[in-house]
Amino acid sequence: MTAIPATTTTTHLMTINMGPQHPSTHGVLRLLLELDGEMIIKAVPHIGFLHRGVEKLAEYRTYHQCIPLTDRLDYVAPFSNNLAYALTVEKLLGMEVPERAQHIRVILCELTRISSHLLWLATHALDLGAMTVFFYCFRERETIYDIFEMVSGARMNLSYIRVGGVALDLPGGFLEKTRNFIAEFPARLNEYETLLTENIIWKKRTVGVGVISAEDAIDYGLSGPSLRGSGVNWDIRKAEPYSSYDKYHFTVPLGKNGDVYDRYRVRIEEMRQSNSIVHQALNILPKGDFIARVPNITLPPKEDVETKMESMIQHFKIIIDGIKPPKGEVYTSIEAPKGELGFYIVSDGSSHPYRLKIRPPSFVNLEALPKMVEGRLLPDVVAVIGSLDIVLGEIDR
Amino acid sequence: MDNETIVTLVKNNFPEAITGSAVFRNELTLIVKKEYIQEIARFLKENKELDFDFLSDLCGVDRVETDGVFEVVYHLYSIYKNHRVRLKVAVASNDPRISTVTGVWNTANWHEREAYDMYGIKFDGHPDLRKILTPDDFEGHPLRKDYPVDGRQPATLREIYRKDEA
Repeated sequence: MTAIPATTTTTHLMTINMGPQHPSTHGVLRLLLELDGEMIIKAVPHIGFLHRGVEKLAEYRTYHQCIPLTDRLDYVAPFSNNLAYALTVEKLLGMEVPERAQHIRVILCELTRISSHLLWLATHALDLGAMTVFFYCFRERETIYDIFEMVSGARMNLSYIRVGGVALDLPGGFLEKTRNFIAEFPARLNEYETLLTENIIWKKRTVGVGVISAEDAIDYGLSGPSLRGSGVNWDIRKAEPYSSYDKYHFTVPLGKNGDVYDRYRVRIEEMRQSNSIVHQALNILPKGDFIARVPNITLPPKEDVETKMESMIQHFKIIIDGIKPPKGEVYTSIEAPKGELGFYIVSDGSSHPYRLKIRPPSFVNLEALPKMVEGRLLPDVVAVIGSLDIVLGEIDR
Repeated sequence: MDNETIVTLVKNNFPEAITGSAVFRNELTLIVKKEYIQEIARFLKENKELDFDFLSDLCGVDRVETDGVFEVVYHLYSIYKNHRVRLKVAVASNDPRISTVTGVWNTANWHEREAYDMYGIKFDGHPDLRKILTPDDFEGHPLRKDYPVDGRQPATLREIYRKDEA
């Protein structure tokens, strides 16, 4: 029990449990709150309810077999997880990815960013009492999920990105559908903004709430929009460009005050930038291979597997034996919708990762939650959790 | 700053603390003696040219079978200088123990709790060293290589979570 501070208005503190089953904790997050009236004296997050031992499981799987595990980390942004993992293995192997595959990855990752931010906006607004936005966001998100389904055949756990490229080329009708979506989307974004940005109730719930300074944000390891809301200009797409991001023009939106409102503004603007990146990518999408053709690493084309004996044997060998990268260790991180998503792989030269460590952005961002809510009112907790955009799938792994 | 300059700068300041360095795929790794980890961490953060203000990640690696040690691996990044370095420290497996770096980067708090939970590495001076991902009654450290990938815990999860009700 925390010592009762001198400013306390009651004679005893109340301890309440928020979660793990609570609609505003966005998953199975449990917060132990010590309250003085409605003021939070202490907040202790308890996590691990969704721990599935992904890092342990990865040690018993071949490099290709780990891809489906990554989908289930941040399950609202599966492409980003696939990409971060694939980039790490590619770096370990020292291999090049065909240009077309790189741009396909950019298109899909930016659509993922939009869909992840839409889910964030929908639930964040719903938490704070704005229900209309929820329906609008889910309408657009549905279109993106239709696009994902066209590409990979699945809606949530896509596993579409492979080591060396992507699983299949883009299907017919993809470009048209995506063009239609991005042509329409900026107007939709403006529509959301008319509901929230200058809305007095929205501002009262968000401006000056959950403030974290730039120094503290760096010290607590925040990344992504949660860090940029405090005005720190760090975006891995710009700082350490991967997958041809250096060929795109986009700006990195920054906040100033580091409060919930600034993080909201940053994410809204990021969706505009992502929309523009997808637009550019569709225009410069080159022809060519969608996956590198490297024997013993990438699978042969599906049609060959079904018709040629050699390809079938090769396919079989890669699946059963796996790929064997050289001994060594690499760390690669990408700008996932929630922040720096890093993979650290230690290879002992065998077909399984010796150690796979995931650096999930939500895990680190959540760590700063007590700092942001202590000394504030209970309803602010809901606003701050929403503004951090956490997904428990990647926190607990 | 390129990798060689970082190595030279750190080695010149701490000749006895750095026992080795390696570059693989253009990623720099420094091997640090356990006793010096706090000093090195503080130096890397506070030196104006290095400016490693961001602890990206901290984790354990099980090397018991080959070397009889656990490794603690730190991934550092500098937001303003845009460079990275990896620190590796070996801790003996019979008494895995190392000083905390929570005083240098606050974010190390949860990472160290995770390494403690997964490998049983104790971080001396950590303000709140509790398990983080596994339940309170969970036995063992799941990411150790000698922990089986399948099997059951002695108590079922229901018993752990609902023990107050019984």
